[in-house]
Amino acid sequence: MPLSATTVSVKKTFPPLLFFFVSFFMSFFMLMSIAQQTVASEIPAESSLEDAWKTLSQKNYNKKAGAIEVIAQQNPPEARPAMKAMLEGQLYYAKRGKALYFLKEVNDNYEFTPLFDTDPALKPVLQENRRGFKKVKVNNRLRRMIRQLLAVMQLKHEDADIRLAAVQELLKNPETEAADLVKNAIGKETDQRVITSMQTLLAVIQLENGDETAQLAAINTLANSLNSSAMNALTAYQAPTKALENKAQSAINKINDKRDLYAKAETIFFGLSLGSVLALSAIGLAITFGVMGVINMAHGELMMIGAYTTYVVQLLMPDNIAMSILVAIPAAFIVSGLVGIAIERGVIRHLYGRPLETLLATFGVSLVLQQTVRSIFSPLNRSVETPEWMSGAWQINEVLALTWNRLYIIFFCLAVFMALIAVMKKTSLGLQVRAVSQNRTMARAMGVRSKWVDALTFGLGSGIAGLAGVALSLLTNVGPNLGQAYIIDSFMVVVFGGVGNLWGTLVAGMSLGVINKLLEPWAGAVLAKILVLIFIILFIQKRPKGLFPQRGRAAED
Amino acid sequence: MLLMNILKNDKPGLWLLGILLVVSIAVPILNLLVPENSAFHISTYTVTLLGKYLTYALLAVAADLVWGYLGILTLGHAAFFALGGYAMGMYLMRQIGERGVYGDPVLPDFMVFLSWQELPWFWQGFDQFWFAALMIILIPGILAYVFGYLAFRSRVTGVYLSIITQAMTYALMLAFFRNEMGFGGNNGLTDFKDILGFDLRADSTRIALFLASAAALAIGYVLSRIIVSSRLGLASVAIRDAESRSRFIGYRVENIKLWVFVFSAILAGIAGALYVPQVGIINPGEFSPLNSIELVIWVAIGGRGTLYGAIIGALLVNYSKTYFTAALPEIWLYALGALFILVTLYLPKGIVGLWSLRKTRKTQKMREEKT
Repeated sequence: MPLSATTVSVKKTFPPLLFFFVSFFMSFFMLMSIAQQTVASEIPAESSLEDAWKTLSQKNYNKKAGAIEVIAQQNPPEARPAMKAMLEGQLYYAKRGKALYFLKEVNDNYEFTPLFDTDPALKPVLQENRRGFKKVKVNNRLRRMIRQLLAVMQLKHEDADIRLAAVQELLKNPETEAADLVKNAIGKETDQRVITSMQTLLAVIQLENGDETAQLAAINTLANSLNSSAMNALTAYQAPTKALENKAQSAINKINDKRDLYAKAETIFFGLSLGSVLALSAIGLAITFGVMGVINMAHGELMMIGAYTTYVVQLLMPDNIAMSILVAIPAAFIVSGLVGIAIERGVIRHLYGRPLETLLATFGVSLVLQQTVRSIFSPLNRSVETPEWMSGAWQINEVLALTWNRLYIIFFCLAVFMALIAVMKKTSLGLQVRAVSQNRTMARAMGVRSKWVDALTFGLGSGIAGLAGVALSLLTNVGPNLGQAYIIDSFMVVVFGGVGNLWGTLVAGMSLGVINKLLEPWAGAVLAKILVLIFIILFIQKRPKGLFPQRGRAAED
Repeated sequence: MLLMNILKNDKPGLWLLGILLVVSIAVPILNLLVPENSAFHISTYTVTLLGKYLTYALLAVAADLVWGYLGILTLGHAAFFALGGYAMGMYLMRQIGERGVYGDPVLPDFMVFLSWQELPWFWQGFDQFWFAALMIILIPGILAYVFGYLAFRSRVTGVYLSIITQAMTYALMLAFFRNEMGFGGNNGLTDFKDILGFDLRADSTRIALFLASAAALAIGYVLSRIIVSSRLGLASVAIRDAESRSRFIGYRVENIKLWVFVFSAILAGIAGALYVPQVGIINPGEFSPLNSIELVIWVAIGGRGTLYGAIIGALLVNYSKTYFTAALPEIWLYALGALFILVTLYLPKGIVGLWSLRKTRKTQKMREEKT
């Protein structure tokens, strides 16, 4: 029993500690009884609470412990913030008047706000130092007690998330005393997540203290839990019988298997989110390069323009970051699309039928666009603020959390893709685009205005590049070189998927993302990327026209 | 005899070789013999710069051989250049010996810094110049052979081929960035002291390197010219213009492509090897896909499929790059971008196309006068 052995040695070497504990508990119970008496003797609760608040400014830790107990029991609205501030060492009292204040550091200044803002005599104080104020000091024992009390208080909170957090807090340091409290609370509990974690907590306690049947039940409960405390409890568990030990071992294995499964799911999720970034940046190229045959080296710069549009939109509406992204999406589409149409009208229309030369001309365009952005916005990186509704994560269970921004990007990629497919398959523009890309002369003979179609197609591809830029601006810094970082990957994705095939682009982007993330754990990020590139090179040997080659005579030279 | 015949038909090439000869006689004299305060003096910095341009020109000839005559738009030719450069850099690194910062007689500084105990196997032998010279030819050659064998046998063509050449150089760049690879990682190889026992900072060594670059360019040009005038070259032009037809007639398209590609890669490797001692550093940035694209652009601006056009393009673009980045750094990218756009739009045959355009106009005029 390694755990108890250490505690014993501690007790042996530090007898004063034992004394400390005894005295602490004695004073604790005395104060408890006083508090109960005060309630029982119907002395107005206000006064004892007021005393308790005042006691916090005293030096004696035992008295403070009692006061905290009282505050926790009465539970006025100030109790929780005050206790939290105490934990973080941010509860202060004025040397004169002993009123309590919160401390907040603002740009090297200290701002003190009174705990009781109802009192007109007390005003927030902003000064350069902490003169005139003193910290409400807490020691480790008080800290532990406050944490426990906070958890107990929160068990009764009306918000289910807070109750859940409270149970999790108790789970980190499960103590036998909590068991009764939780047992009481579990009956009234309605939220399934809270009930599950409460059951886990009870099982952990049972595993340590219950009899053999209770332990067996506890193991069965814990085997279905993914909480790390459940795992710790099971590994530390000393089974009285062989059967129970086996049972515990198989429970541990079961948990580990489940965790591996969720870890794999998380890797695949990361892969899909990387894949959707790749696919998103490649979809526009799949139009300009795949459908029109223009090797568009300026594609990356069109993404960069989309990202800068997002940045500008945020500058224009600084008070409404949440909405700015939604405004930026159409704005980026329009700006990048217009720039794309300008490029097509100005440069590319002279070069149809000479695909390799479009590479040179568009590379020139990309240099000009980069320098333009440098001249307008300076070469420094800008950052786009992530709106609140995109931060945070979707907690599926205790080991698997999917961050919202990655999820949104996956959805965004799919939405853009579906919209594009719809345009290409269902609208007359899409029909004309396909006709021109298959046989330009024949399409013109049938009355398709090929010049107009070319400009619109290029604008569409560029607009989608702008949309990719909006997504990228939320992931990385916005700078003049943003596009260059993605252009090579985009070409790889389009070629891997098969030039001229939109579905191929999506599948290629997603699968390259997943392969990359699957390789990363054992190869490292850079080596994984190298391996993916080698894989593409070898894959093209096997299927020289990509995953989904175009069929028919038009595809032959 | 054969050579004379070939060169007789290549007037611009003869002019170019003549200018190269004049320059390589004049520059050493102007640098070493003319006193420094004279207006005709050429500084050692300029000599090195010219030497660098000449290695670029050789690289451009190599790229034109593949793009102009074989129809393969390579977006990864800088990889062969960089590999040749790394082979040379490894030799130069081993020459530093005990003069490094850490003073280790065998291990280069960066290995001592990474606390490696012994020299990796692939660094063995690079203390001998003959071995390094062999590797400068073999490593790019073998890579080109393996890559070309796989790609041409599978009949990967067009943009697909361009993109996988780009993937190749990109993968190599990422690989060389890794410290574990043993090529100095991010910083690459630098701090070279001497080559074949001559101090790299000495004016005479610089001149010698410049002359070596000029000679390599001349020999590389003549060899390429011989190849494109030979049956192999004619067959490769046929492949460029109609690959399937050439195959049906009975040419072994894969083999022809492969040998021209390997030869071109070796030329690029030699160019890289001459580049490194002159600029004094080689790092993974040389593998960057952008370098390969720039290379293609030199060829396009000069005029593809002419060989001399590639030389002119490389010299012109690089000279203007040096000039503009120093004089008008803000304007440089605008100018370069505009240059690419204008050349592709209005000069599809590059700058040398202007000359032939004038010639055809002249003959047209003559014909008109006759009638």
